[in-house]
Parts: sequence; structure tokens; C-alpha cells
Amino acid sequence: MAIHTRRSDDGRTLVISIDGRFDFSSHQSFRDAYERSDQDVSDYVIDMSDTTYLDSSALGMLLLLRDYAGGDAGRVRIENCNSDVRRILSISNFEQLFSIN
Amino acid sequence: MESQSLRILIADDSETDRMILSTMVRRLGHEVMTVADGMEAVEAFRTFEPQIVLLDVMMPRMDGMEATRHIKSLAGEALVPIIFLTSLSDADALARCLEAGGDDFLSKPYNRIIIEAKINAFNRMRVMHNTLTQQRDLIRARNEQLIKEQNIARRVFDNVAHTGCLDAPNIRYHASPMSVFNGDILFACPRPSGGMNVLIGDFTGHGLPAAIGAMPVAEIFYGMTSKGFACGDILREINQKLWRILPTDMFCCAAFIELDAHLGNLTIWNGGLPCGFLLRGGRTVERLPSSHLPLGVVAAERFSTEVSRLKVEVDDTIFFTTDGVPESTNGAGEMFGEDRLRQVVEQTPLETPVLQTVLSAIGEFTGSEAAPDDLTLVSVDVIEASLLEELPLRVTQSALSGPSNWSCEYRVCGDTMAQFNPLPLLLHICMEVPGLRRRGGEVYTILAELYTNALEHGVLQLPSSWKSSPEGFGRYYAERARRLKTVVDDAISFRLSHRIGRNGGQLTVVCQDSGDGFNYNEGKLSTLDQKGYAGRGLALLRELCDSLTHRGSGNEVEAIYSWTFDPDDHD
Repeated sequence: MAIHTRRSDDGRTLVISIDGRFDFSSHQSFRDAYERSDQDVSDYVIDMSDTTYLDSSALGMLLLLRDYAGGDAGRVRIENCNSDVRRILSISNFEQLFSIN
Repeated sequence: MESQSLRILIADDSETDRMILSTMVRRLGHEVMTVADGMEAVEAFRTFEPQIVLLDVMMPRMDGMEATRHIKSLAGEALVPIIFLTSLSDADALARCLEAGGDDFLSKPYNRIIIEAKINAFNRMRVMHNTLTQQRDLIRARNEQLIKEQNIARRVFDNVAHTGCLDAPNIRYHASPMSVFNGDILFACPRPSGGMNVLIGDFTGHGLPAAIGAMPVAEIFYGMTSKGFACGDILREINQKLWRILPTDMFCCAAFIELDAHLGNLTIWNGGLPCGFLLRGGRTVERLPSSHLPLGVVAAERFSTEVSRLKVEVDDTIFFTTDGVPESTNGAGEMFGEDRLRQVVEQTPLETPVLQTVLSAIGEFTGSEAAPDDLTLVSVDVIEASLLEELPLRVTQSALSGPSNWSCEYRVCGDTMAQFNPLPLLLHICMEVPGLRRRGGEVYTILAELYTNALEHGVLQLPSSWKSSPEGFGRYYAERARRLKTVVDDAISFRLSHRIGRNGGQLTVVCQDSGDGFNYNEGKLSTLDQKGYAGRGLALLRELCDSLTHRGSGNEVEAIYSWTFDPDDHD
């Protein structure tokens, strides 16, 4: 599991990519990924192209990011989920909290 | 560390060698005791408690090898390095020294630099060993403490949760004995109006945090269920509580099963658990997928308690699992998965309990005989309501005898009807009468049927004929919710009175609504033997009550319910 971040050209969007299993072992690095970014970030994108699986603690981490990003007003997108990941997000009804594509 | 002064025991039968060595060692700053043979060495070991021992191999009375065995056994877990003093050089003899428990050799004649280096090296090893031993003991003690605390927490938790009805004849379940510490919860409680509520859930995270979250859930679930609250009210309360007390990344995926065995109504709410299943008696399988956020994720305003309502019949079975089931992994790292779970459920033979089929399928898949500990599964069979009546209710029993002659009136008006369920309060008033407490189920049913009729048919003017199909059922409840929001001037009033007699008592309930009423003389009253989805309410009331009388335009109904003292009742 590895977490990478990059900024969009205008610097306003932070893209966080997660490789491999997204589970409790990623907790600290996932938090570091957004908490260490500077204040200009207004949008967050979780890129799950290389995420094989996520567990319920990862769902909890997504909620933490959501709160960090401003809760209901926050802008967090989850992108490129594989079908397993997508299914877990939809069982948990996270579409109601995040925009997922 | 290297300059630390150590207690060093030297055993050598040659007085000269003893002198030379002890002088060298003393000069290195250590405290020295010298003895002349193995026997004395063992004795000196007990009294002097040396940290390092230097032993000649060949000594009278007891040689170095035997002394080593004694000393090592006396030292127990502590590491006391033993260095042999020898002029031997053949490999076999040296090897025997080590086999006897020695740690190293020092060759005669002695070299001061080598002696100092070896003492320092062994001291480092000794200190490291002590540190490790201390840390191990600390970890062991902490772990014992933790297990002790978990057992206490478990007992506290059982006191909160154990009074449930998981042993009911229609429930099958599998849960690890310590499941509360892997974050799984499973509760079941009889409903005062008959049937039962079951809650199965899975907290994110393990250990104490999950157990702490489980406590209020159990408390709310049992408390509100036995007071007659409906599924939505209970879920709202649990969600609110968890949302308030749990950190953001903790929540509880859960499914709520509300089974009304009298009326054959099943209400399901699934927030984040794997898809559940309704197995019809003839084995068609309907899916009960998650359609909500888990409990504790969003605040009350955004929390949805919208439920699925289904009609069920005797021999139908409801089945749910926590995500430990689809996440069970085999040797190749492959997961059991929801698709496999669905196939296993759908292919369950008619006579086999679905719980058994799924457990064996997981065992076969993972290749282990015993079911893993972090799985929680539950199946609830729909059985005749009468078979569930023996379940003990968890209504708090008062030792004092309560009021026996009283009356009261309670009116619910306007938009209160949409937000508030008056039944728990009314039931509570009736349950103050000790003799009525044992009949809480029947009293609740009477109150509930009267209120539902007054609200749905009287105030909201909903035609029960809609409930003739599953779709109509849905339409009926959607319309009920819509019309409830528009209520302004309407009201429903209850007049309750109770009086005590020689062998029992009589409860009279008059329920009046502000609706238009109906022609109760048409003889078109409901019966219990019909097959339809609706219209059993009045027939049920007539069964339970001594008399049921409609008055006025049909918007007022009086129910008289009598009870007698039962010599076996000891409240």
C-alpha cells in the first residue's frame, strides 16, 4: 500500500492516489496526505485507479477527510474505483456523502 | 554501562591462578569473590549473587561442568554468563563445556585485554537480556490486565444486553463469545405487541472503542423495543447517540429487523451491512440490500429511517450477516464475496437452515473446520405469533402495587401526530397497574390498533382496500407519510379508565378521532381468516376485548378489556 499526492496545475485540487489495499494500515499516511497540504486546497480527489480493496476503517478515513474538507460543504470526489471498491462504497451508501465517478 | 561495577565469582583450585585472575578483575573495578571448587562455587552463587561467573573446568569435589548445571538452574530466567577458565585446547573438551551450559572460554595464561573485553561483552548481553525479560514481563502483565478488563467489560455488557431473546425458538445465530470486542453486535428483543425486533451490526474498529459504542446501542434497542417504539424511532435514537459519542471515523453498519408475527408484517432497515435475504417458505429468495448510511455517520437531520415493508408468512426466513462473511478469505487470499454468499443462500435446500448452509460453505471455502471468530450471522424464522408469546418481556417490573382505580384523557392534536407516537406513553400508564403488566402485549395491541385505525382511516382517510397488493401497500404508506404532513386541525383522543374487581380488573379505552367516521352497521367488518394484506385490525380487537362498540358516526370506538388475577403472577 502506498499513498501519493499531487496538486492540480492551479494548485487548488489535491489528488490523493492509493495503491493496493486501502485499510487501517494506511490511516496515518492517508491523514498526512491531506493534513500536510497547504491551505489553498479547495477540492480533493481520491484517485482509486490502483486501489484493490477498501475496508470499513477506510470508510472511516474518508469521513475524516470529508470533515477536514468542510463536511457537507466540502468538495471531495472519489474517482476510478474498481467494482469491488465501488460496491463497498455503495453498500455503505457513500454516494450520499461523496461524489463518486 | 561498560564502567559498571559487577559482582564476579571466580572458582579455581589453583591458588596462584585465583590470585592472578582476581587481581586483574579487581583492577577493572569489579567486586570479586573467590572459591576453590565447584561445590563452594554453587554455595557462593546463592549468597554472593554474582552477575558473571568465571569457572575452572577441572576442580576437586565438583568440576566446572557440573557446577555450571547447578548455577544455571539456580539462576532460572536471569542470564548469568559463565566463562570457563581452561588450559584445555582440544575441541571436544571445549564443546562439552558449552554443552554443559557455559557461555565462553578464557584460556590460561590470562590476557588482561581479552578478560576485560569478554566481561564487557557478556555484561552487555546480560543487561540486554534483563531489559528484554522486564519488557516481556511488563507486556505479559499489561496483557493480563487487558484481558481482565475485557472480561469485566464483557460482564457489564452482558448485564446490559443479555436479557434479549436470542434463545427464542425461531432464531438461529452464530457469534463469537467475545464478538463485542471484534465490533460485532447482535440483539433480539420481543415487542410488546407481539413478534420481535432484531439488530445485527458491525462497528468499525475493534476492541474497547467498539464495545463502548455497543453499550448505548444495546440499552436503547432493548429499552425502546420493550416500551413499544417502532423501528424508525429506535434507529433515529441510536444514530443520534452514536453520532454524538463516536469519533468521525467510527460508526456502525447495521440492519434492523422488525417482525410483527400477528399481522405478518416485516420491516427492514439496512444501513451498510451486506445484502440480507428473505427466503420465502417455497424458497424464492428476495434481497434486502443496504439503502442507508451506517448508524452514527450523519446528524439527525440527514438520517433516513425509510424502511422496506414486506408481508411475510409462517415458514419465511430472514437472514443477515456482518461483513466478516463476504470478507472470509481462503488460503489463496481470495474473498468469499457477496456473489458467492447470494448463490449459497439461493441454493439452500428447502429443509436445511440457511445459517447452517452458509457456515458450512464458508468452512469449505476457507478450508477450516471451525467457523472463524469474527463472523456474525442471524436467521429469524417467521412462526405462529402464539409460539412467541412465552418470551419474557423486559418491561421493568415494580415490586410496589400500582394504581388500580383511575381514569385519564389524552389528546394528540395537529402536526404532533406526524412527529410523535403516543403509544409508548399510553402503554406506560397502563403498565403501572401490576396486574396489567403481564398482559402488556395485548394491551399494546389494543391501543395500537385503535390508534392506527383512528389515524389512518379516521384522520388521514386512507382506504385499506389499497393494501390488496404489494404495490398498493407501498402506495398506502407513501400516502400516509404525505398526508401526515398536512394534518393541522385534526385530533385523536384516548379516554382510558381502569377499575379493580374481586378477581381482576377492567380497562376501558375509548378512542375518538376528528374524522368523518364510517358506517359500522354495514356488517362489512374485517375478519381474521381473510388472505388479504389488510383489514385484520378490528377483528383482532374483537378477539382480544370483551366488547368493541362503535358509536356516533363511527369515529368513536369503545374497547373493554378484562383481566383476572393469576395465582402465578408475582410482580
